[in-house]
Parts: sequence; C-alpha cells; structure tokens
Amino acid sequence: MTYLAKPKFHHPSLPKNALGYTHRDYEGSISTLCAGCGHDSISAAIIEACFELAIEPHRVAKLSGIGCSSKTPTYFLGHSHGFNSVHGRMPSVLTGANLANRELIYLGVSGDGDSASIGFGQFAHAIRRGVDMVYVVENNGVYGLTKGQFSATADRGTKSKRGVMNNDSPIDMVGIALQLGATFVARSFSGDKAQLVPLIKAAISHRGAAFIDVLSPCIAFNNHAGSTKSFDYVREHNQAVNKLDYLLGRAPIAVDYAPGTLQVVEQHDGSKLVLRKLKDEYDVSDRVAAMNFLARHAAKGQVVTGLLYVDNEPEDLHLHLATVDRSLNSLGDADLCPGAATLEKINASLR
Amino acid sequence: MSVISPIRRVNDFVVRFANVNGSGSASANELFARAVLRMGVPVAPRNIFPSNIQGLPTWYEVRVSQAGHLGARGGVDLMVAMNPQTFDKDVASIEPGGYLLYDSTRPMPASRLRHDITTVGVPLTAICNAEYSDPRQRQLFKNIVYVGALSALLDMDMAEIERLIGEQFKGKDKLIQPNVHALQLGRSWVLENVSCPIGLTLARADAVGERIFLEGNAAAALGAVYGGATVCAWYPITPSSSVAEAFTRYCARHRIDPETGLHKYAIVQAEDELASIGMVIGAAWNGARAFTATSGPGISLMQEFIGLAYFAEIPAVIIDVQRAGPSTGMPTRTQQCDLLSCAYASHGDTKHVMVFPENPTESFAFAADAFDLADRLQTPIFVMLDLEIGMNHHLCAPLAWDDSRRYDRGKVMTAEELEAGRDFGRYLDVDGDGIPYRTYPGTHPTKGGFFTRGTSRDRYARYTEEGAPYVDNMQRLLKKFETAKAVLPRPVRRDAQRPAKAGIIYYGSTAPAMDEAIGMIEAEGQHLDMLRVRAFPFHQDVEDFIARHQTLFVVEQNRDGQMRTLLVNECGIDPARLIPILHYDGTPITARFIANAIGAHLDDLKVTPIRKIGA
Ligand SMILES: Cc1ncc(C[n+]2csc(CCOP(=O)(O)OP(=O)(O)O)c2C)c(N)n1
Ligand code: SF4
Ligand SMILES: [Mg+2]
Repeated sequence: MTYLAKPKFHHPSLPKNALGYTHRDYEGSISTLCAGCGHDSISAAIIEACFELAIEPHRVAKLSGIGCSSKTPTYFLGHSHGFNSVHGRMPSVLTGANLANRELIYLGVSGDGDSASIGFGQFAHAIRRGVDMVYVVENNGVYGLTKGQFSATADRGTKSKRGVMNNDSPIDMVGIALQLGATFVARSFSGDKAQLVPLIKAAISHRGAAFIDVLSPCIAFNNHAGSTKSFDYVREHNQAVNKLDYLLGRAPIAVDYAPGTLQVVEQHDGSKLVLRKLKDEYDVSDRVAAMNFLARHAAKGQVVTGLLYVDNEPEDLHLHLATVDRSLNSLGDADLCPGAATLEKINASLR
Repeated sequence: MSVISPIRRVNDFVVRFANVNGSGSASANELFARAVLRMGVPVAPRNIFPSNIQGLPTWYEVRVSQAGHLGARGGVDLMVAMNPQTFDKDVASIEPGGYLLYDSTRPMPASRLRHDITTVGVPLTAICNAEYSDPRQRQLFKNIVYVGALSALLDMDMAEIERLIGEQFKGKDKLIQPNVHALQLGRSWVLENVSCPIGLTLARADAVGERIFLEGNAAAALGAVYGGATVCAWYPITPSSSVAEAFTRYCARHRIDPETGLHKYAIVQAEDELASIGMVIGAAWNGARAFTATSGPGISLMQEFIGLAYFAEIPAVIIDVQRAGPSTGMPTRTQQCDLLSCAYASHGDTKHVMVFPENPTESFAFAADAFDLADRLQTPIFVMLDLEIGMNHHLCAPLAWDDSRRYDRGKVMTAEELEAGRDFGRYLDVDGDGIPYRTYPGTHPTKGGFFTRGTSRDRYARYTEEGAPYVDNMQRLLKKFETAKAVLPRPVRRDAQRPAKAGIIYYGSTAPAMDEAIGMIEAEGQHLDMLRVRAFPFHQDVEDFIARHQTLFVVEQNRDGQMRTLLVNECGIDPARLIPILHYDGTPITARFIANAIGAHLDDLKVTPIRKIGA
C-alpha cells in the first residue's frame, strides 16, 4: 500500500477556529514531493488560509491538472472532494463543476507547464469567462514531474540544470490574466508565507476569477545559479508593491500609517483588503497601470509581487449566464422536465 | 432516339430543387414539403449542401411517397433547376420521362435540354422584375413564385400552402399577404401558359396520420431538456451545431424560472472540444446532468478526456452527429463512421456505451434516456446520430413522455446515509453489478470526500500504484460493461414470414432504406430476418440472432464495416460469417442499393437466384 495516512491524533491544545476545526482538519495525506519543494509551502499556506477563514473543509472543491504541483491537492483539505484531471485541462473541468454548483468554493491548482504550456488556452478562456474560482499556478519554470524540461514561463536566456539554454520568450501569467480580465490578480513567492496566506484568503473571498501566480522553486531541477526561478534569485529580485491584511467582517480599521500609504478595498461580502503601499504610485484598482508597472519592472529583471489588481465589483460566469440562485445540481424532475402535456403541444406544432 | 413517354405517377415521385446557397430558397423548399404533408401524403426531404454559406450549389430533395418509403430513393423525377452553375449536371440527372422546371427568362438553347424529358420554362426572373423593384425582394419572392408554379404543375391544394404561410408568419402578419401574392403570381402564370397538371400529381390522402415532422438534432436537444440536462458545453461543428442551438431555444421556452426570469440551465460555447468535454465532465462529477454535441473531429479531440471519464466513472452524454471524415473534405455529407473511434475512445483499455437512434423519435427518447444511463452506469454515453438523421426533417412517430417517470440518478450516497455510518468506498462493488456508489462534492463535512483520479487507487479511492488493485478495478469495469447490456435499448427483430437462413443486421439511419429494401427483396421471393441493433455493448439477442443464421449481412454506411468489426471483436464471431454491405459515398444509403447488393450476394451464394431490382 502506497497510501500514506496521517495519524489522526488531535492534540487537545491545538488551536481551533471559529467553527471549532483545528489545522489538522484542513490537512491531507503526507506529501510525496521532494523535501524542500516550493509546492509544499503553498499547500501549507492554503491550509492556513482555510483554517483562518474558518471554511467548512467540504465546501471546497479542489481541482488540478497533471504535474508535481497538480499532485498537491492530495496534501491539503483531506475531507474535500478533489479532481486530478488531465494535463492542462483543469480549467474546463473546474468551469463545468462551477456551473453545476455555484455554492462551493473552487480551488484550481496548476503548474506553469500545466497552465502556460499545454493548457495555455484553457487557462486563458477560464479567466476570460470570469469563472468564480481561485486559480493558483505553482510556477517553477520547469516541468518538475517529467524531470526538468523548460516550461513556457522560463525566462529567455536562462540555463537548465543540464546546461540547455532557453531561447524562447517567457509567458507572464500575471500579465495575461490582467489582459484577459481576471478580477483579482496577485503574485507571490512560496517562501513568503506572510505575503501568501492573506492573498489566498482574499482570493477565496473574491467572487470572480482570482488568479495567483506563486513562484515556487523546484529543488530538484531549477534551483541552480543562472535560474530566474531559484530561491535565491526570487528573494533577491522580489519587489513587493504592497502588504495585504485581510479583514473579515465589518471591524473598523485601525489606521496608523501615514496618509496616502494605505489603500482599503471593500469586497462584496463586507470583507476588507487593507493594503499598505510599499510603492507609492501603485494603485491596485488600476488594471492598465498594473500592466504597465509589471512590464517596466520585468524589463529590469525584477519580480513584482503582492496584490496587483482587484476589482471590488467583479462579475462572474453565472451572472453572465443568468443562472438561478439554486445550484443546478440540486434541480430535480419537477424543475427540469416540461412534462407530457407540453410535449403534446410540441408534437402538435410539428404537424 | 427512343421515344420515352412522360412519367405518370400520383403521390410517388422525387422532386429535387437545385439552388444557389444563400439565396433564401430553404424556407420556400420546406414550404413545398410541408404542403405535401398537409395533403396527407408522406414526404422525406433531404438537404444536400456544401460547407459554405453563400454562392455554392445546394440541393433539396423531396421524396413523395404515399406508401411511406422515407429513405432516399435515388434518381430525380422533377428537377427545379434554379442554379445556372449546375444546370447541365442537374438536367442530366433527371430520370428518362421526367420533368424539368427552369427559369426561362433567358430561354435555354435546345442543345442544353433533353428530348426524353418534359421541360417547363417559367420566366421567374421576368415575373419578379416586373412585380418588385427591390433586388432582395426579387430574389426572395422568386423562390415563392416557383412554389406557386409547382402548385399548379402538380395540382396541389392551394389552401394548404396559404394556411402554412399564415402559420409561418404568425405575429408578422404584414408578411402574409405579399407571400401569398407571390405564390399566386407563379401559379397563375403557369395555369395560363402551361397545360396543367403534368404527369406527376399530388392527390389528397390520409397516409400521414399522427406523425410529426422534425429534425433529429432538434429532437435530441429536446430529449436533453426532458432528460434533465442542465449544463451544455459545445463547440460549433456541422452537422451537430443545431443540437446546441435547439437546446438553447427549447431551454429559453421551457427552462426559465417564471418568477425571476433566471435560467435553470447553463450553456457555454467552449473554446474547443477539449474544453467542452472537460466542462461536461466537471459538471457531471459535481452532480449536474451535462452533455456536449459534436461530430467526428470533435470526438478525435476529446479522446484523452473520454478515457478519464471512463476510468474515473463520470457520467457524460456525448451526442455525436456523424459526418464523413476527415475535418476537411466532406464535412457536410452523412456517414456512420465514428463507431470505432467512439467505442474504444482513448488510450488504455476502454470501452464505451453507444446508442443508435433510427430517426428523430428515437433521437428524442435515446437522448433523454442517455442521462439516466450515464448516471446509472457512471460512464460516458454516446448518442450516435448522423447528418442524415440530424439535419433533415423526418416524418416520424410523435414524441412521448410518461409523467410518472422519475430521473434515475444512479447510486449516489447522501449525507444522511454517510452520517448513519454507511460504508463508502468510491470504487467498491457493493451490489455485484460493477457499479459503485459516488458522492457529490460538498455532501458531508467529514465523510464521503474522495480524490478523483483515473486509476492508481484502491476501492476506497486511496492512492496506490500496485498491480492487484489496478487489475481488480479493471475487472470491475468489465463487469459494469456487462451490466450495461441489460439496461440499454434492446435490438428490434423483424422476422421473415417463413423460416430464413439469412439475416440482416443494420442500425441508425439505414432503417428507412432497409424497411423499403426488404419489401423489394421479398418481392423477389427471398426471405431474410432482420435485426436493428440499437446499442453497444451488444445485447444477448444480437449473438443469438447471429447464431441462428447461416448467412448474415451487416449493412452500414462506412468503408470499413465498423459495426461488423465490433461484432467480430466483442462477440467472437468468425469474420467470414458476416458479409459487409457498405455504402459510403456521402449520400444516404438507398433501398435500391441495399436490395441490389444483397441480391448480388444471394446470387453468388447460389441461394435461389434473384434478378436485379430497379435501375
Ligand atoms: C497529455 C500529456 N502529455 C504529457 C504528460 C506528461 N507530463 C506530466 S506532468 C508534465 C509537466 C508538468 O509541469 P508543471 O505543470 O509545470 O508541473 P510541475 O511538475 O513543474 O509542478 C508533463 C509534460 C501528460 N501527463 N499528459
Ligand atoms: S521535482 Fe521539483 S517540482 Fe517536483 S516535487 Fe521535486 S522539487 Fe517539487
Ligand atoms: Mg512547473
């Protein structure tokens, strides 16, 4: 048996959240990824975010494609339904799942190969449609699972561990997400839990297409000198534009920052995104400025992180399709079948 | 030159309209077909069209048959030649003794006409130019004018045509009078200038009965509405697009919440077929009834996902409206050519359930049933239409629904059952039928959650890459396939009047031609039993039928005998026992073809000789 069960031992002193759940209730089975893989830190951040938000674990559906990153949904939220689909096609499966039941939280987990290479089209179209989801790309610039070939996010001029040069232009997932109308766009680093956890919380509470590109170094194949996706490189070139505090409910904000350095975005559910600006000119509600800012900094080799854009009046696919409030999967015969009398009328109209 | 007398027939002939694509002729042609129906005479119309929107030739053929033969017949008795580009070929295709109706505004030289047919020239353009100044009106009304001309030539009931126009423009009443006027223009010109009627005539009959006139694609879409589909994801492709379009139309009429105006359905035009099947799988995994409609090229793109749905045991309904392959070439021609690519779709050991409706009535019923079957069997179900069924109007039995029927959502474990401590193993065969229980996401806070993946898991959905659980699971899937046989539509047998040593196996859109062909074969003194296969995997009846006959013909519309291959493969039949009768030029199979092909074989087999039938 290769199944690794975690001992279900609940220490009485483990902290509980508002629903009475402990961290353990949000964990999954033990990770089989390489020790030190960035992806494991992201799983930990997801567990932390769900714990802090006091989400009922089974109200989350986890979906992924194929890759080391796409394996991670087994390692968190063990009580949730998960779907390890096919390579690059998680977005369509998630879209369909979301159509069936709008009441769950949809967490899509993918890799840079999964979303920028084979699944680039599906990624783009799910974002375009405004599917209400949290879409996390665990971005390491390589295909970890198939042993280190370049993915489409690898920067031009970087060398693989085996010394192969990448001459192709990189795809910037964040830039694409902004261009295609994602209503929540962020970038973070698996090594910066303090930044990542509030971003995931904010993304979960966002009612639209939320995209987070998380740089997540591959210890095995892309953590060497000359890689722009290594721990050292990302740490040295990280330019955070803001620091996010996520506030639940309608608690007043204690303002103790200099005027103009704080930006507060109130979301539909009343939650507040309190952003301490680290770059004076940065405005998270300005999509075009965000794209411009990113392009300028990318040209300097810098990795811009933080909450990059948020629309506090997002629209989503269900709104566009004008679907009923009840989940479609809860509708039965009485709601769906027009019945024999109607069919008789249809027959009559066809004579 | 032989003297051929003009064909004289009542309620039994073929009219073909040769038009230019995009000239607005479709609705006029359909008006003609419907008017014949309203006179109580069965018709079988067919579109023959290229994959262009404007400018290329298109034909509409109406077979009039009081005897009720609804398959294609072959040959044309009256050609309405409205396309100068194809004029010569169209004239050449008329049966000797047949008739030609053409626009004689510029009369054709005798060299381009034929002596063995009757030519009726009506100056359609001149009539329209004299009457209308707007070029668009001239073009559109020209179509109605020739219907008016036909009404006189064939002695049709004018009142029926006028009534149909009234129904067609109900709500846009201003259009009724001008259309009726155009009709009269053509009719009176012909009555004044041509001796009417010609040898082909229509006489009121009572041979239509309760039957309805409907396209298979619309019927399948309505079946999806009745079957409870709430999610439809699709990518446009001829000849399947009109399934999703009809589903959209029917949903707008029957699935809108009257209080809120909100939709009890979601339809997404996906970016490609990979995405459409992915959405269907995601929705079905999450407990909604979901389907896609596509054609062969789409099936090709969906292969990987279909395999996942098979292994992960996810209900999914795929309506495949088959057309000739490949993606370019003959996309608007009919064939039954996707059987193998659907039956064994994807990598790894996979087998899939297919149903084969014969006409729109069964397209409706099978599409609705497919959602029950998918939920019951937790696997993809292919509803195999083809262009012939899907994109043509067919005269068929009325659609039926039993209000006491309830959706069979299959084995779904509820929160209450989980709470009560019922053992849940996603891939555990508790009932011995190979079908396990599933749970919908979000059912219970701590029980019944599982991680869906293709294989590499045990009966409780726990990850494992060991061989024994893999084999165990694969064997269970086979058992489930076996279970399917009993719940799928049974084959339909029609025995000859006396004991027969030979049998015919056929399916789908071949049915009407087969029904007619067996009459021709019997008229020659041959007796064969027939079996119409309606589902794959095959019911035991199919194997029994094969075992009971010495000689077997498998009639289908593809080059490679795909149904025959499935019979050989799945039932272990000696290939030599199954004689393929194959029609695959893109036109629908005809009774003449079948009768001749089977007749030739019976000759060869030295069963009582049979002479060639028809031409
Ligand atoms: C259709 C298909 N092609 C190829 C593969 C092989 N494959 C598995 S994972 C993978 C790349 C994964 O890369 P990424 O998404 O970046 O994930 P990582 O392992 O780096 O986290 C590939 C090419 C596959 N599973 N399916
Ligand atoms: S190969 Fe790379 S991405 Fe995969 S688990 Fe190891 S470190 Fe992580
Ligand atoms: Mg990667």
